Amino acid sequence: MAKDLLTPKLVSELNRFCPGCGHGLIGKIIAQVLEERGVEDRAIQVYAVGCSCLISTVVQADSIQAQHGRAPAVASGVRRARPDAVVYTYQGDGDAAAIGLSESLYAAYRNENYTAIFVNNGVFGMTGGQMAPTTLEGQKTATSIYGRDTSVTGQPFKLAELVAQMPVAYVERCSLTDAKHIAQTKRAIGKAFDNQLAGKGYSFIEILSPCPTNWKMEPVDAYKRLQDIVAGEYKLGVLKDSEEE
Amino acid sequence: MRRMMKGNDAVSEAAIRAGCRFFSGYPITPQSEIVEYMSWRMDEVGGSFVQSESELSGISMVYGAAACGLRVMGSSSGPGFDLLQEGIGYIVSAELPALIVDVVRYGNGLGEIVPGQSDYWMVVKNGAHGDYHCPVYAPASIQEAVDLVSVAYDKAEQYRNPVIMMYDGAIGQMMEPVVLPEMKEHDPDKFEWSMKGRGGEPQKQITSACYYRHRDPQVYVDNLRTKYRTIEENEQRWESYMADDADLIFVAYGIMSRSCREAITEARKQGLKVGMIRPITLYPYPVKAFETLPENLKGFVSVEMSALGQMVEDVRLAVNGRKPVYNYATGKMIPDTEEFISYMKNVLEGKEESV
Ligand SMILES: Cc1ncc(C[n+]2csc(CCOP(=O)(O)OP(=O)(O)O)c2C)c(N)n1
Ligand code: SF4
Repeated sequence: MAKDLLTPKLVSELNRFCPGCGHGLIGKIIAQVLEERGVEDRAIQVYAVGCSCLISTVVQADSIQAQHGRAPAVASGVRRARPDAVVYTYQGDGDAAAIGLSESLYAAYRNENYTAIFVNNGVFGMTGGQMAPTTLEGQKTATSIYGRDTSVTGQPFKLAELVAQMPVAYVERCSLTDAKHIAQTKRAIGKAFDNQLAGKGYSFIEILSPCPTNWKMEPVDAYKRLQDIVAGEYKLGVLKDSEEE
Repeated sequence: MRRMMKGNDAVSEAAIRAGCRFFSGYPITPQSEIVEYMSWRMDEVGGSFVQSESELSGISMVYGAAACGLRVMGSSSGPGFDLLQEGIGYIVSAELPALIVDVVRYGNGLGEIVPGQSDYWMVVKNGAHGDYHCPVYAPASIQEAVDLVSVAYDKAEQYRNPVIMMYDGAIGQMMEPVVLPEMKEHDPDKFEWSMKGRGGEPQKQITSACYYRHRDPQVYVDNLRTKYRTIEENEQRWESYMADDADLIFVAYGIMSRSCREAITEARKQGLKVGMIRPITLYPYPVKAFETLPENLKGFVSVEMSALGQMVEDVRLAVNGRKPVYNYATGKMIPDTEEFISYMKNVLEGKEESV
């Protein structure tokens, strides 16, 4: 399994993410899913602003960088311009849930036929670990140095639950905690792309992912926190499957 | 065949006929007719229309479709045009062609829905951050707007830069006879950069040119300098009207130039030697029109429907101290012939202060 994940041809040797970062792993999963379906040559990846933007150095598909938060709208333009392309967005939680919430929800609301990958690492990674909408209650970040005070800032933001309110094809929350969860993440991403290929509409996969650097933890501890604490707040599983309704 | 058309409809149809197959926009007066026209017309020609949830989103969709090589268009007015700036800045940075239309309304903030020319600074001097310009076409009639649409697409592709067409709400909403061009096909695959999936080739990237295309900082700088110098050298457009022997030259664009022209024709009958330079491109500013001046020239008057006078700064740069420049900022009013003539007389009699 682990060896498998290292093999996609679509993945470059260059990985500019920090050691232990979840982004690199998700990139490999996406590449593998695309290659298994033989669609890597017609994939268009619309990526965001944040550490997430380095995804295009890992997954060597045709790539467009959107403005901060606007990847869902850019992808909606691409979807119409290139009906035969396999289109997906790749965004962090600041990008998709803070500045780009409107674009995120409206793409879901229109049930755009593309695949949305949403990486929840609980912080603004690239800008130095500030509080994100997804930051847990009491979590210390660069802009919540005493811990997130939810009485002032609101509760941890559940974007997947919101998207599941929309008339979309599929919503699932996954995690990278261990081999079992990574395999489930791969199945979910695979399903999201299969839905698109079958013209079923919008699929949204949220992935709980560690940011060891801004969590100020060793990678091993960061993965443990993901399992023990983050997944306690953000429940894993399928939130919507239009086939089963 | 000549037909009567509303300005906004005619510009939309001209874009379609130039091969535009993607439009996304959000309603705002006096631009809404464009959104309405595109909503049914795109369907007829097999293109795509999206009524976006905001201008921020609309221009982002335009960016995505432009990245795929389509001829694309976005449009707005006033507070909506403010929101386009983010996307325009990114389209510029990625060196993609696009046509963006500003149907100008008057006033700050929400402002008014009446025609105005007070977007000059935002549109001509850029609303987004960074080092760039967009060529700006400022038609004075519906026919001119229609003719400039296909020019705009060609230039946008030639220079890999979005082009803006700016006209006020009056031109957008009035009707005039117009001859439309033939339908043209556009091939989105004709560019080596169009996104369609890599198809066995190496990965392509659409993002700010500073990351991949012009990664070397000097190459980045040189590319921008060369691009905009070339545009400034080759793309200036203007019309001179009775300016060769004038004592006083008005500088007016768009709707204002029409009243100004009428006033000049009448003033000439009264023996006042006045003329006009009508910029058709606002960037590049037609400085060549100001190169040789009539011997007897007393000065220039920049006349514009704005409270402060915005274009006057470019007139001063073009005149470069050789003659006095007067700032005739008329707010939301267009002076009638009588008012123009009284202003001319005041200037010629030394009763107006130059800037
Ligand atoms: C309009 C705008 N505002 C702010 C920024 C600065 N900025 C860059 S990345 C980022 C946060 C990204 O966080 P997230 O989406 O969580 O991604 P991560 O870095 O964690 O992958 C911000 C605020 C920007 N580039 N553009
Ligand atoms: S800062 Fe965090 S999200 Fe960014 S690359 Fe490093 S570990 Fe990953």
